[in-house]
Amino acid sequence: QRNQLSSSSEVRRVTLIPGDGIGPEISAAVQKIFEAAEVPIAWDPVDVTPVKGPDGTFRIPSRCIELMHVNKVGLKGPLETPIGKGHRSLNLAVRKEFNLYANVRPCRSLEGHKTLYDNVDVVTIRENTEGEYSGIEHEIVDGVVQSIKLITESASRRVARYAFEYARANNRKLVTVVHKANIMRMSDGLFLNMCREQAAEFPDIKFKEAYLDTVCLNMVQDPTQYDVLVMPNLYGDILSDLCAGLVGGLGVTSSANIGEGVAVFEAVHGTAPDIAGQDKANPTALLLSGIMMLRYMNLESYANRIERACFDAIAVGNQKTGDLGGNGTCSSFTQDIVSRIRNSD
Amino acid sequence: VIPCARENLARYGGRQTVTALPGDGIGPEMIDHVNRIFSFAQVPVDFETIQVSSENPREEDLENAIVSVQRNGVALKGNIETKFDDPHFKSRNMEIRRRLDLFANVLHTVTIPTVPSRHKDIDIVMIRENTEGEYSGLEHESAAGVVESLKIVTREKMQRISRYAFEYAMKYDRKKVTAVHKANIQKLGDGLFLKIASDIAMAEYPEIKFNAMIVDNASMQLVSRPQQFSGGIMLMPNLYGNIISNIACGLVGGPGLVSGMNFGDKYAVFETATRNTGTTLAGKDIANPSAFIRASCDMLRYLNFNEYADLISDALFETLTVQRIHTQDIGGTAKASELVNSLLENIEKSCVNSKYRFRS
Ligand SMILES: Nc1ncnc2c1ncn2[C@@H]1O[C@H](COP(=O)(O)OP(=O)(O)OP(=O)(O)O)[C@@H](O)[C@H]1O
Ligand SMILES: Nc1ncnc2c1ncn2[C@@H]1O[C@H](COP(=O)(O)OP(=O)(O)OP(=O)(O)O)[C@@H](O)[C@H]1O
Ligand SMILES: [Mg+2]
Ligand SMILES: [Mg+2]
Repeated sequence: QRNQLSSSSEVRRVTLIPGDGIGPEISAAVQKIFEAAEVPIAWDPVDVTPVKGPDGTFRIPSRCIELMHVNKVGLKGPLETPIGKGHRSLNLAVRKEFNLYANVRPCRSLEGHKTLYDNVDVVTIRENTEGEYSGIEHEIVDGVVQSIKLITESASRRVARYAFEYARANNRKLVTVVHKANIMRMSDGLFLNMCREQAAEFPDIKFKEAYLDTVCLNMVQDPTQYDVLVMPNLYGDILSDLCAGLVGGLGVTSSANIGEGVAVFEAVHGTAPDIAGQDKANPTALLLSGIMMLRYMNLESYANRIERACFDAIAVGNQKTGDLGGNGTCSSFTQDIVSRIRNSD
Repeated sequence: VIPCARENLARYGGRQTVTALPGDGIGPEMIDHVNRIFSFAQVPVDFETIQVSSENPREEDLENAIVSVQRNGVALKGNIETKFDDPHFKSRNMEIRRRLDLFANVLHTVTIPTVPSRHKDIDIVMIRENTEGEYSGLEHESAAGVVESLKIVTREKMQRISRYAFEYAMKYDRKKVTAVHKANIQKLGDGLFLKIASDIAMAEYPEIKFNAMIVDNASMQLVSRPQQFSGGIMLMPNLYGNIISNIACGLVGGPGLVSGMNFGDKYAVFETATRNTGTTLAGKDIANPSAFIRASCDMLRYLNFNEYADLISDALFETLTVQRIHTQDIGGTAKASELVNSLLENIEKSCVNSKYRFRS
């Protein structure tokens, strides 16, 4: 069966950005696991350490950009964002360069990683190009600062549409738009209207509207009432981290950044400089992001097989990393997943 | 800390008149519960009820409400529904807060024994700037399909709310103030807030611990390890305050339980912490009246009617924890009126025990 699978699809190339800190370790883990599952992809690793351009500003190396334009799919480890060094956050630069307009974060309770919340299974979809992150701010007069939140019809429509398409493709039943149109009547009102417009085109998907504050309130009481949530940038930032908190933190949540025909999958945790190079990092978040990537590339059967092995390693394995309460290392946990994959056929 | 000029309050013959703004949804029935409790306990408070509702909005209702609060100084308020289909209709709730300059929203979220909650030992005070930021209401369509919404942050208001939080910490012995921000993205706006808060912390309140946390991380920390904030204060600009305090209220039992206070230099308005309308619950006798009852107790303390406040809040605490009269929202089956009945019985009992201290 394995042969059939690998012969049925050609090998496709994926850009790999290992990242900083624990990035290289967890990327190596993912590569090893994919290799064990004989996933028909080949990696193009790139370094994205900023280089100084002719105008003196730092930017991502052009090789990375060229590769992404060719490969269209990337997997990315955590990047360090030096604070106050005068160049834009790299994460932001990657997002801008490829116009990755939707950030998708599924949060699901993991068996074997007990938190106070069971049965969480929500997906947050966040508009990722505008809103509160427009970066337009000025001090109008001394002591008065104005920050502009920018909401456009086209960006709102695009992310709303994506949310419904995602729901349909992933067999999800309900899309909830999260807004504060009671206060930000025009801006959030526009976002809300675009969601209503798209909802009308997806009669098979249920549609609900809810205030951001009410969603926060209800989410911590009973997260099972939500399914797919779509929202403007800042709300998505906050709510996606909140949901990650419900299922045990950023070490076990995956994420995808979707653009037009391009997608970058990434671990949303930081570079963890405190444990970098010590073989202590948990590769789960990046692996789950890689699994999302496989689904995006229509390699569903590989995704399922790796996912099963990963969940089993967490639920019944004895090589879990420290952050999951185990005594394993990054490599022993990876090895456990690899053996489970090998034994699964 | 409570900054109002209390001597100006409308008190005649020892009785105090306060404005009641029942609002929409469950508001009116909640005010009825409070009224019933107040008259049973013979609380020397009279309500001047002003109906402001979104059903058929009239400008003069809003004006009457504001004038009434200005006259009485104090109000107990339900939420007024905001119809967001008409972009020109401003939130009445926001208008009231803005016109009365109620700059500080103060909530105290504490776990209550026997009320189901996943976390234990939560005891956090939330102080939120209540008048500016994202709530400035300045928006325009700069080109077709492009809307700009302005968030306004002023040094004056940020100083005022920060100082308020530190004063609160001093007076009520809270050890730590955590400023919640997003200064990594909104470098100027949130940056100003962060700088002001930390400057005030260092220069004026060295005895209080101060730290800062980015809002997305704060919401994750709050759901995974809320106890790290216990005993402290979370200080927040308007929108983050709205988000973070709803999370905290959810953690300790939800919208039916927690009360909230709004203070300005002159006036005080008491309401529920999460300001829900509860439209779907209205008229069914199932909405939890605890949050409103606690709001009325906050109000009595503010009015210096401490004995009455203690009497009612002890009776409520006993109803919830000893008799375990729980409404649907916290997993029980009791009707709101049953909860209130039990509370009245408890008042009766404690009055007998204390030899008719209040009722004679
Ligand atoms: N994949 C992981 N496996 C194990 N522990 C992790 C992982 N990611 C983060 N951590 C832990 O979580 C904590 C927060 O680290 P994280 O890198 O997310 O934030 P940070 O220190 O702010 O880094 P950065 O500045 O790169 O964002 C660290 O103590 C780290 O040990
Ligand atoms: N006093 C209460 N007792 C029990 N449940 C409550 C109470 N107040 C609010 N709720 C519940 O909290 C949730 C949020 O309230 P609500 O529906 O009023 O939110 P909202 O976002 O303000 O909506 P709207 O104002 O449009 O009705 C609902 O499930 C509601 O039933
Ligand atoms: Mg974030
Ligand atoms: Mg409602």
